[in-house]
Amino acid sequence: MKISLKWLREYVDITLSPHELANRLTMAGTETEGIQFIGENWAGIVIGEITAINPHPNADRLKLVTIDLGSGQTTVVCGAPNIRIGSKVAFAPVGTQLIDGHSGKSLRLKSAKIRGVTSNGMACSEKELGISDNHEGIIILPDEAPISTPLADYLGDVIYDLAITANRPDCLSIIGIAREVAALTGQKLHPPDINYEEATSPIEQQISVEITAPELCSRYCASLITGIRVAESPWWLQQRLLKCGMRPINNIVDITNYVMLEHGQPLHAFDYDQIQGRGIIVRRAVADERITTLDGLERTLSSNMLVIADKERAAAIAGIMGGIDSEVTDGTTSILLEAANFNPASIHHTGSALHLPSEACIRFERGIRPELVPGALRKATKLIIELAGGKAAKGLVDVYPGRQEQEPILLPTDKIRSLLGVNLSTDQIVAALTPLGFTCKIETQPSGVWATTPYWRSDINQAVDLIEEVARIIGYDKIPTTLLGTTLPSQSPEPMVNLKQRIRCSLTGYGFQETVTYSLTGLEMLKKLLPENSLEPPSIRMANPMTAEQEYLRPNLRANLLTTLCSNRKHEDGGIRIFELGKVYLPRQKDLPDEPEVLCALLSGSRQGKSWHDGNSLVDFYDAKGTVEGLLHRLVTNPDFEKGSDASLHPNKQAAIVISGNKLGVVGELHPRVREAFDISEATYLFEVNVTALLPFTTGHKMFRPIPRFPAVVRDIALIVDSGVTHYSIQSNIEGFPLVAGVTVFDVYSGSQVPRGKKSLAYRITFQSPDHTLTDDEVNQVQQQIMDKLSRELGATLRS
Amino acid sequence: MISRLEQLKLDALRELDLITGAKELELWRVNCLGKKSELTNILRSLSSLAVEERKSVGAAANRVRAELENGLTQKKCALREIQLAAAAREEDVDVTLPGRPLLTGRLHPITETIYEVCEIFNSMGFQVTEGPDVEWNYYNFEALNIPDDHPARDVMSTSWVDIEADKDRGPMLLRTHTTSVTARVVESREPPIRVVEPGKVYRYEATDATHTPMFHQIDGLAIDKGITMADLKGTLYEFARRFFGEDRGVRFRCDYFPFVEPGVEMAIECLVCNGKGCRLCGNTGWIEILGAGMAHPQVLKRGDIDPETYSGFAFGMGIDRLPMLRYGIDDIRLFYSNDLRFLSQF
Repeated sequence: MKISLKWLREYVDITLSPHELANRLTMAGTETEGIQFIGENWAGIVIGEITAINPHPNADRLKLVTIDLGSGQTTVVCGAPNIRIGSKVAFAPVGTQLIDGHSGKSLRLKSAKIRGVTSNGMACSEKELGISDNHEGIIILPDEAPISTPLADYLGDVIYDLAITANRPDCLSIIGIAREVAALTGQKLHPPDINYEEATSPIEQQISVEITAPELCSRYCASLITGIRVAESPWWLQQRLLKCGMRPINNIVDITNYVMLEHGQPLHAFDYDQIQGRGIIVRRAVADERITTLDGLERTLSSNMLVIADKERAAAIAGIMGGIDSEVTDGTTSILLEAANFNPASIHHTGSALHLPSEACIRFERGIRPELVPGALRKATKLIIELAGGKAAKGLVDVYPGRQEQEPILLPTDKIRSLLGVNLSTDQIVAALTPLGFTCKIETQPSGVWATTPYWRSDINQAVDLIEEVARIIGYDKIPTTLLGTTLPSQSPEPMVNLKQRIRCSLTGYGFQETVTYSLTGLEMLKKLLPENSLEPPSIRMANPMTAEQEYLRPNLRANLLTTLCSNRKHEDGGIRIFELGKVYLPRQKDLPDEPEVLCALLSGSRQGKSWHDGNSLVDFYDAKGTVEGLLHRLVTNPDFEKGSDASLHPNKQAAIVISGNKLGVVGELHPRVREAFDISEATYLFEVNVTALLPFTTGHKMFRPIPRFPAVVRDIALIVDSGVTHYSIQSNIEGFPLVAGVTVFDVYSGSQVPRGKKSLAYRITFQSPDHTLTDDEVNQVQQQIMDKLSRELGATLRS
Repeated sequence: MISRLEQLKLDALRELDLITGAKELELWRVNCLGKKSELTNILRSLSSLAVEERKSVGAAANRVRAELENGLTQKKCALREIQLAAAAREEDVDVTLPGRPLLTGRLHPITETIYEVCEIFNSMGFQVTEGPDVEWNYYNFEALNIPDDHPARDVMSTSWVDIEADKDRGPMLLRTHTTSVTARVVESREPPIRVVEPGKVYRYEATDATHTPMFHQIDGLAIDKGITMADLKGTLYEFARRFFGEDRGVRFRCDYFPFVEPGVEMAIECLVCNGKGCRLCGNTGWIEILGAGMAHPQVLKRGDIDPETYSGFAFGMGIDRLPMLRYGIDDIRLFYSNDLRFLSQF
């Protein structure tokens, strides 16, 4: 909210500098988001009066204007259309810093001959002064503006942009902020003058008010002013509205806005002559009831919305916007002025349902107090009489079905100690609360303070609310700083948090860059993963998607990761290794989605980093599989790999990752179709592991195996087998034999050196005994048994 | 005889001194120390001498032999060194050429920041716990004193999930803050509690340099008997000191969050202007880092924790902001575009 310091000073004396004041408010909860100094750069600019206007000898459009500055007269060349003799203007002598009316840049005013006549300065426009963008004519000050006074003294101001927290609707007003300032700086609030002369005829005889929905309207007040003249507001009022960010419309509307800004209470003015039957009914709208609002739009209402109606129809949507039929127009002579209190939730729903946020709406939905109503209404009535003429009927209509007494709340002193960590006496508590408007009574058994909340506050409901008041008045910086001295809760780290960290660290060590992509994805992207028309839309859709690319919660990571690969490929021609470890979202019956943590990684391009060194080989299936093996060997025992069937992967170059019989992931080459869909030109390898499913297999306890004491015997054998025989079948056959401590494949060959349809695999077998040194005979015997078995089971022969 | 030995030694050592090659050295050894050398002959002939003379000449001859052998060893070493140096000159490398590159991967700066923040809180006894991204309205809002019509909802525009609402817990949404995990912890655990809750959060907002539909937060909660606002200040001050450095000014001011009372905002001195005021800090000299406060009695009661017995504090902060401030990153979208030219800088 924008607050003018000059306006604020009407209600409280301010001894602090503008920056100090901002800081005090900020520290106590009302954050100053910006300070604008109006007139900061107006050094030298003074108020003058036009005493003569003569034609320019060489230009029809320009005039020679004589300005009386009090200290003497000066003549300037001026082309503004709005000058007349007697006008008070802002005169800038040569050398003044001004904003250029055309370029908007800050310039120093130079002495210049304009069409042959020297101008000794200029009369400024609002734009040149930096007040607004208006450059149509020069600024015309009110007639009472004192000649020779520096403009900064007359028009200068400090505008605070304050962020009012949602719990303090009372601070959405000049008086509310003045109360804060008074409490924070030890000053007294100057109460507003709300007295005016009333006519003799009582208001009750001229208007009746009935509330049929008291749950939505706790109080409704009205005043009646007859014989008014709708016109433009006086200059000072327009200026204040403009500084606070509101556009002047006419004196009546401006006064309602002005009082709302000052008191925090929204008001609405009806053309009294348009109120049918001289009666106001505050009622729920009838379903599908229609009303044309001030903006000219016809709105359809529902029965949970509140309207202000006359005997025949809705005249306004309560607290939101008036109806066009009862609008104050230039011809209006009688005003029914409304100030009321409406239910915050109802206003919130109505405002958002009709997409009509407003300053009034913000105040009502945050729960301003009904006690604000009569004061604001009287102030507005007073201003209307003063600025628009007319007479106010005697009294106000005040229908108040929601009256509630404020009950005192007990604040025990030991509660302050246990929550703030400071000892405060009851006197100190009273000294903090009283300036805020609380009525305090000291309690001795137990020691504490009974505090009654001032009528304007809607946010104080229990002792902790009072504690915050005390804390912010004494200052948060007065609260000591200690480290937790309470019992350390038992430390049982979450295994998943730990596992994710281990996986991330391993993969970055293997040269993979971690990525983080959005959890939301689009159908188009997911479609690229599967053959055409085979994608079932994922089940978790957003009700209000921002864009088509963010319509679904991702059922996998690979779509986002492939997109990341593709976009990086545009500028990176070397090897790319990336991964993401994050959640995917899978639907469950009548519950939140399942959110398993999944690891997905991609490899493409060259195997080594770019360098002048030899070799620039490309990654292949076994790089991907090697990474999976390296990763899993640290986490679990014995991962197995079986032929896989993932539709996004190459049908013959993929494996399912199997742990203790459970398929927990895949590794393989991207299907050429998928590669094309993602616009990736080279072979790309992917692996994916369901980390949540992996977790239970990673928690096993490892046991130490002694290092062998007796020497190993190593034998190499080269086998010829049919092409279809897998390495795994050979290895597992060999591993079963006694004395075999290890078997590794060290060569795989198929080609001209072996018969067609065959391949050669060479193995190094390590024989070892835990209790003696092996003899050649022992080893020969086992090796022969191995060969016999391989030949019997797999048709293997020794390669000669 | 002794003088002859002395002469023989001097001659041999002078000769040795001039030797530059292995072959010459071998020749020298044969001449001076070999079976047919004069020295050997003298030693061999000792038996023919008288006892007294044998003693003195024998000792002298042995001394000479030891000296020559020592000289030979030294010469051998010296020649080996010369030979190695010559060979090494042939095997020169250009030390300025780049090494054979290892593949380097890095954690995403967001992950790295989460780990760093968690580490600081871990050391103060806070344990990492996580909760679901897709959440019930209840845990994200209701349990935290944010009913449907609360104005605090306006600043947390929500992405709703198109799945049937639960009759008790309301509609399904993407959590707008990790404070939802706090609501779950309060409900499911008994004091003493000290947890931090990092994770992804979501807002229904258009993307620009300071907004993305998904970003990261970390919330924290400490509940026990006797926890005060002084502990809140101390704990968060310690975090700020360790994350932003010893000398960085820290400020605690009053702020409002529905689930705490009193409410606190912690700010640090601007990292660009050090408190003087600049564009980054909106001329205030301070940068807001986190919101916090004493756990609201209503929130504790909903989790069956008696606010008359227990108290505690809660806090929440944006993660993305931290590396943005630290590295001077001016566009939050960079974190989620995953451009390797960006990610490889950290």
